[in-house]
Amino acid sequence: MSSKNDILAAIAANKPDPQPLPIGLYTPESGYNLTNRFIENVTLIGGAVHQISIISEIEQFISTHFPSAIRIITNNKSLKNVGTLLLNNDLDKQIPHELENVDLTILDAPFGVAENGAIWITDELLHHRVLPFITQHLILIIKESSIVASLQQAYSMINNQDYGYGVFISGPSKTADIEQSLVIGAHGSRSLDVFITGQASY
Amino acid sequence: MKDHAQLAEAFNKDKERVTWHDETLWFVRTKRDKAAHKFAGWEQLRETASQIKNNVLSNLDSYLLQFEANAIKNGITVHWAKDAAQHNQIVLSLLQKHEINSMVKSKSMLTEECHLNEFLQHNGVEVIDTDLGERIVQFRNEPPSHIVLPAIHLKKEDVSDTFHEHLGTKKGNSDPQYLTEAARQHLRETFLTRKLALTGVNFAVAETGEFVVCTNEGNADMGAHLANLHIASMGLEKIIPRREDLGIFLNLLARSATGQPITTYSSHFKRPRNGQEMHIILVDNGRSIQLGRKDFRNSLKCIRCGACMNTCPVYRRSGGHSYHTAVAGPIGSILAPNLDMEKNKDLPFASTLCGSCTNVCPVKIDIHDQLYKWRQEIVKSGYSPKSKTIAMKAMSVSLSKPMVYDISGKALRFTLRYAPFVINNKLNPWYKQREMPAAPESSFKKWYEKNRSKKNNNE
Ligand code: SF4
Repeated sequence: MSSKNDILAAIAANKPDPQPLPIGLYTPESGYNLTNRFIENVTLIGGAVHQISIISEIEQFISTHFPSAIRIITNNKSLKNVGTLLLNNDLDKQIPHELENVDLTILDAPFGVAENGAIWITDELLHHRVLPFITQHLILIIKESSIVASLQQAYSMINNQDYGYGVFISGPSKTADIEQSLVIGAHGSRSLDVFITGQASY
Repeated sequence: MKDHAQLAEAFNKDKERVTWHDETLWFVRTKRDKAAHKFAGWEQLRETASQIKNNVLSNLDSYLLQFEANAIKNGITVHWAKDAAQHNQIVLSLLQKHEINSMVKSKSMLTEECHLNEFLQHNGVEVIDTDLGERIVQFRNEPPSHIVLPAIHLKKEDVSDTFHEHLGTKKGNSDPQYLTEAARQHLRETFLTRKLALTGVNFAVAETGEFVVCTNEGNADMGAHLANLHIASMGLEKIIPRREDLGIFLNLLARSATGQPITTYSSHFKRPRNGQEMHIILVDNGRSIQLGRKDFRNSLKCIRCGACMNTCPVYRRSGGHSYHTAVAGPIGSILAPNLDMEKNKDLPFASTLCGSCTNVCPVKIDIHDQLYKWRQEIVKSGYSPKSKTIAMKAMSVSLSKPMVYDISGKALRFTLRYAPFVINNKLNPWYKQREMPAAPESSFKKWYEKNRSKKNNNE
């Protein structure tokens, strides 16, 4: 307790005169094609984007690209033939470590951000926070109409949403720690495929 | 103890490596430039971030209290540490309470600053750093040489040798893909078996009591979501007022650091997951003192993006280890003398005062001005580093004199046109190992006078 009081007293004695928060200094760019900008940014950071009209195209994609995936998990009910649904089974009761052998995870996510290629997802959709990291490969699905221009808009949508954990994901896990050579697949997922669906597809 | 000039001299012996280091960091700097130029409203974004940080510094105590109250409401335990020793003791007590003797740690410059690893090892705790670059330097018993790129001083052959020794990779295989995969396998095993994970904090939101951790590798999340106990260590200055302010800072951080539009993962931790304990340690360690130094308090606005290092001609050619402090480069040279002026008296002199750091800083810290001011403080206190005194007299007259060296407008042109000559001059102590360039047409003194008179005529 005394450390806290000492620190606060030192700050109170040393802090500068009040400075106001800035208002309206910065306005995000607007008037461009959100989907294109989003795709451009996701691709830039090592992800791939696919525009589809029906969800079954994802099944097709999985059988072509992940033929040897054994354990697949999803939160999208239309994909229950492809993988285990996160809801309504005992996955909830498992400890996160038991997800260690997940090959592919497919998640519906609420929205994406064009200026960063980032996709927002919270723990109520994940059930296990570690899922998008521990899985070998990750697929995220967003509606085209959910793409917002800027992080500023993103946070005004998130507003005071009460999540326990939320994350912006913008690509596969990666590193350039060895001689600045980009290597995809550091500790998290080895790939990220983003599917953009038309507004009414699911 | 060796000073910056002596350590830089050692680094400069391997010319090829220095050139590589220099060019690689410059490459990162150009990626930052591209990202900044592409972003409409970049300058307004910087100005906004700068003003938010000014506001934070002027209300730091109330924001910290607000953050604490909200974090507690969210189920997070909040600790306060006056200094490194208190911080380290808090971590150790938690380990002991839970009878844990091995843990994982993701990147946290604060724990470097506190020398947490050494302390814990001393107390029988095994700490495994999980950021790839940090794991590499940890195997080699070295500190990180850069706050964002910890192993930037190493070549892939060095990493190959290190991994061969510690992870049994094939001798001579220095393919980054292969080496990264080896680390992935090794660390996965580690993540799955450690009960305590410590992470750093990039931003802590007063309004919500949540904190945000940014990584590209996903190592902070792998650690935190699998561990029973998550400890987040943060410097007091990491507070921001509102969640919406993240929209400003997340746009600046990765673009300034590596030119990416955002880090791969920006994780918002608000509550522990079911069955997990979450702790946050608020660490002062000299920050409240720096807050009282009018000339230097702005350094507390730093978001640790590393841009000032990547652009610094001295950092690029002397290497991070020559700064003998946890945070290297221009910003480190402002932070370190606050903690120990005598021990770090050489650092503010490890700069050409070219101002490039100030130009790239996303939160508009007047870095090179502060370096200049530290020099005056240090000389006033009688600590002027001997090896630099003669050179510095000339340098500070020519480069740092505000009259001659006008920061605004013309500065960049001035630097680009004249700095290469000045940098390679014999008077510059960081370049001793370098071949002397072809003799300049006029001597330094003549050049200086010519330049000065030109400038005087212009004004
Ligand atoms: S001082 Fe500025 S440029 Fe340097 S690391 Fe901090 S925020 Fe980045």
